[in-house]
Amino acid sequence: MGAVMSVEEIVGSLESGMTIGIGGWGSRRKPMALVRAIHRSSLKDLTLVSYGGPDVGLLCAAGKVRRVVAPFVTLDSVALEPHFRAARQSGAIEFTEYDEGMFMFGLLAGAHRLPFLPTRAGLGSDVVRVNPGLRTVRSPYEDQEELVAVPALTMDAALVHLDLADTRGNGRYLGPDPYLDDLFAKAASRCYLSCERMVPAGELDGPPQTLLVSRMHVTGVVETPDGGHFTDLGSGRDEAFQRHYAASAADPTGWAAFEDRFLSGDEDAYRQAVRQWHEEQEGAGR
Amino acid sequence: MSATRAEICVVACAEAWRGDGEILAAAMGTCSILGARLARLTFEPGLLTTDGGALLTAEPVPFGAPAGPVEGWLPFREHLWLVQNGRRHVMMGASQIDRHGNTNISAVGDWARPKSQLLGVRGAPGNTICNPTSYWIPRHSARVFVPKVDMVSGVGTDRAAELGSGAARFHDLRRVVTDLAVFDFGAPDGAMRLLSAHPGVEVEQILAATGFEPVIEGDVPETRQPSAEELRLIREVLDPRSLRDREVRS
Repeated sequence: MGAVMSVEEIVGSLESGMTIGIGGWGSRRKPMALVRAIHRSSLKDLTLVSYGGPDVGLLCAAGKVRRVVAPFVTLDSVALEPHFRAARQSGAIEFTEYDEGMFMFGLLAGAHRLPFLPTRAGLGSDVVRVNPGLRTVRSPYEDQEELVAVPALTMDAALVHLDLADTRGNGRYLGPDPYLDDLFAKAASRCYLSCERMVPAGELDGPPQTLLVSRMHVTGVVETPDGGHFTDLGSGRDEAFQRHYAASAADPTGWAAFEDRFLSGDEDAYRQAVRQWHEEQEGAGR
Repeated sequence: MSATRAEICVVACAEAWRGDGEILAAAMGTCSILGARLARLTFEPGLLTTDGGALLTAEPVPFGAPAGPVEGWLPFREHLWLVQNGRRHVMMGASQIDRHGNTNISAVGDWARPKSQLLGVRGAPGNTICNPTSYWIPRHSARVFVPKVDMVSGVGTDRAAELGSGAARFHDLRRVVTDLAVFDFGAPDGAMRLLSAHPGVEVEQILAATGFEPVIEGDVPETRQPSAEELRLIREVLDPRSLRDREVRS
């Protein structure tokens, strides 16, 4: 069962050098409050496992990352993640690059305690060249087909963000897509769940099939209003702010100003700063 | 009223799905998405199309419009399973493509420390080895059409042939549609073959923008014009805001 924790307690339980899985997809329902807390922590040398978006970018920018395991890193409406690009192009990080289906098979293997799962995805592509540790496996049946054996993706901890959770750590999603968050929760030794809104146990009303994450897989749960900001929580992302993030990331001075304004304090300070920024934009637009 | 280049491209993309029947038409890029929906509205009514997200729409919807009534659910996990299942023809983009249809969306330069990090391979390896795959390239140039791609994300016909008939039995590159022309891989060695040049485009112009020699068999026909009904559907139903013109300028 998940204990109700603070963002600081969750990040305080992580250690440098860990492999951290991050749920969501691209710039969609990312546990950004937890990511921002890692950004201001002393953690380093992390391996991130993610369908990557600004979570990966932000932590690369802060020098927290040793390796990224991902099929892509994107902001969706902004195709390329500027911090991830910069980190790759400067050689600051190592990269394990998988096809996105391979990546899911790795999560499925990890979640089900299998050493690997076979798939055709990857065959013939340079994914095999840039991951020399990847092995193939031959079907033991008549077809004798050779397939990629995707190794289990396992993690020391997973961070996922859902719309609703109860105080035990059961989580519900309200948007159209669960992404792979339940698999991250199952494949990791520990899972920390942040949510937009927390309710008492037994009050997670709604269709049962939207109960995505179970308390049996959750170590800690935290309420983080706007904790997914600026990524898409199902009703659209804060596109204006994402553009501001991407534009700021494009040059060191702009990024220093962004960090100073939005990332130097806690979540309350972040929300306040974002509110003020939006008010300024509206004022400038009049 | 004559068709714009973007409208020629939408119809050329739509043609890629002709004959596909009841499968998902997965599309990336404006003209490609419009093409999938146009094909469904006209000659290929069995196709399934999305709202651009997790929903299979009951009817093809205008570009960027809400899903409206829904006939199916395709969140990313189900989409990834559908790639394995095979009832899907995807039209992807490519930052680099070579003569055998190997494509790169991952990184330009040395992969270990790229000159330009792009998206990552995304689903290109699985798409190409599991599904019929076409490409939509809105800016045909020698920077995209290269002799050799830096990182093979999407698998080409030569690499599929090397894998053999077992591993590559679902590999099926169909079309490459650009703002200048349409190609397939019908040459005997699986090389790219020029099928048609868009109205107003000279073959020399296509060759100058292609960093390798595509196969040309005889006279190159012109890409077909949209019908009046297709033009009406594109202009009044699917893309009244003319977002296609931002992708392909006339």
